[in-house]
Amino acid sequence: MNSRDLILGRVRRALADVPRDDTPPVPEQPGRDLQYEQAVDRSYLREHGARSVAETVDLLAENLADYRAIVHRSTEEELPYVIMRLLAERGPQYVLVPPGLPPEWMSAADPTRVHDRAVSTPRELDKVTSVVTGCAVAIAETGTIVLDGGPDQGRRRITLIPDHHICVVRVPDQVVASVPQALERLDPARPLTWISGPSATSDIELDRVEGVHGPRTLEVVLVSGE
Amino acid sequence: MSGTFVGMPAFPKAAHEAVNNATLRGNLRHATHTIRAKRAKAVGEISDWAELREAGKRIKDHTLRHLDRYLTQLEESVTAAGGVVHWAADAEEANRIVTALVKMTGESEVVKVKSMATQEIGLNEALEAAGIHAYETDLAELIVQLGKDRPSHILVPAIHRNRGEIRDIFVREMGEWGRPAPEGLTDTPAELAEAARLHLREKFLRAKVGISGANFMVAETGTLVVVESEGNGRMCLTLPETLISVVGIEKIVPSWRDLEVFLQTLPRSSTAERMNPYTSMWTGTTDGDGPQTFHLVLLDNGRTDTLADEVGRQALRCIRCSACLNVCPVYERAGGHAYGSVYPGPIGAILSPQLRGTASEIDASLPFASSLCGACYEVCPVAIDIPEVLVHLRERIAQGGRATRDGNTVVLKPAKGHAAERAAMRAARWAFSHPGALGAGQRLASRTRRFHPRTLPGPGRAWSATRELPTVPAESFREWWQRTRGGKDATK
Repeated sequence: MNSRDLILGRVRRALADVPRDDTPPVPEQPGRDLQYEQAVDRSYLREHGARSVAETVDLLAENLADYRAIVHRSTEEELPYVIMRLLAERGPQYVLVPPGLPPEWMSAADPTRVHDRAVSTPRELDKVTSVVTGCAVAIAETGTIVLDGGPDQGRRRITLIPDHHICVVRVPDQVVASVPQALERLDPARPLTWISGPSATSDIELDRVEGVHGPRTLEVVLVSGE
Repeated sequence: MSGTFVGMPAFPKAAHEAVNNATLRGNLRHATHTIRAKRAKAVGEISDWAELREAGKRIKDHTLRHLDRYLTQLEESVTAAGGVVHWAADAEEANRIVTALVKMTGESEVVKVKSMATQEIGLNEALEAAGIHAYETDLAELIVQLGKDRPSHILVPAIHRNRGEIRDIFVREMGEWGRPAPEGLTDTPAELAEAARLHLREKFLRAKVGISGANFMVAETGTLVVVESEGNGRMCLTLPETLISVVGIEKIVPSWRDLEVFLQTLPRSSTAERMNPYTSMWTGTTDGDGPQTFHLVLLDNGRTDTLADEVGRQALRCIRCSACLNVCPVYERAGGHAYGSVYPGPIGAILSPQLRGTASEIDASLPFASSLCGACYEVCPVAIDIPEVLVHLRERIAQGGRATRDGNTVVLKPAKGHAAERAAMRAARWAFSHPGALGAGQRLASRTRRFHPRTLPGPGRAWSATRELPTVPAESFREWWQRTRGGKDATK
């Protein structure tokens, strides 16, 4: 017997005491699993507290800053200049950009732009100081930005190896209040990276220290349409 | 489980040595008290904690009840997404599979994300025996690996080390493994983290094979989730060409939506954060992004035996947050090593004897390593009634009974060490059902009370060594009742 059948057989024998689930099947809705739906009581909240759109964006800014991300606000017209300033503060440098980053974002900045190519090795990317990306969604209650590898975000490694990450969030369109709302918007088939502040560790005496392997500086630009 | 734990003494002996180590006790007290207060605050921030806890419990219970169905669904969805699924009945088989997969790549080193499952099976030792170096990349695991030490906490395996000890280990050992510690390294946590960053970066950049566990696996979509803080997880999951994940079969949740519960309860419960810095989710392989070869090794290693126990199976709900360790008065004083397992603390006391069986001295002693105060149950984000399982396991060890080992039902004999206890209980049962004998005994005890020893002789000596014996009153309750008719004639 192979181990697959062995383990599945053990599971079935282990559950011999469990009464048979007699929830009736629902023939008219073949995609639904009533046993599962009835098993879990989802009386928990979809979001915590009622906030206006502006208040939700404020909460995002507050929680990002609480975990040591640096938060900036800007309009679309100002955005290229904000990015220019943030890059210039780090000195002359190489900047990684994903293939689908809106070109106007970088129109004012004048660093050496590096495009991430499939053949680039991690060691080559290690020479780059900063990376500029967009995001898929941002979660206010937890101060989290989520990347899904979209054209304005690129491969996962480009937001990992450089020490400085500038992430642009379109507010309020890309902002949700809570974790449940974020999951509804995300596609599990894409590789996802959830980021809440810069890299940190609690491994020394269970106290949080920022800055281990990921980018040690995370700057989030909240850019509004008007 | 890991060979490093073989031959551990029983918990009372190991704990006795640990509590005499003042540095260890100081380190543990400092760390557990820091996290306790912060966790309470993080949990208090959300008003529906009780509902989230209940939902987490029910999702896990439902999954376990239909585990065979969800395992096959997961296998299908991971395979459809480009992954290769392997099944390992025990530690030895899992190690054999992983070793063969690494050998197929032609590589002789791997980078590892912190993973309880690979600790449990002793994967690093098995790889080393096959000439493959496994580098731990989590800061605490690195401290343990460099210090040739054993883990003592689920979340922070080096919790028993303070900053000064960590500095000394880095200065002494880093050069042996790769890039040495920077000159003049001090013991500030920020500098220690920087030293780890520099030391590990070259290993990340050249790594061709990564090995991980997973916090969750979604049956519906085939998605695996790793929750972490430092970015070492992202490095290992993203940069190598081949990724091998070893995951216990109980880590499944049915649907994508279920993550909304655990991604709220796990970070708040474990590191007391609203959200941990990094969470990676991947579904099979993605063209042009990350590892192009993905293997998932599904691990049993005692889990189906645990599932067969009607009371004990709830331990499989555990999401490894370690909140129960941080609140446990026994863990705080004895430390993690005394538990003789990669799973220390209250959850370890019910998990290790179920995963490994109770044949060894240490495993038979673990269910007794508790004062049954219940703090662990109160903080558990999936409501595992740890005291209930502890009492259940104690009963089976003392009285014997049916258990499942390697899929087969076995009948355990009563443990030898509890013969005196059983004899005392039998005597008590007889005395309480013979009122005349009980009364005579009580009168005799009252009259000879001046001559009673302060400690018990024979097998009772160990029990009374750490306890005050109760003094026998001059008059028993029954005598007092007969004399005064329940206090009505109290003046007599």
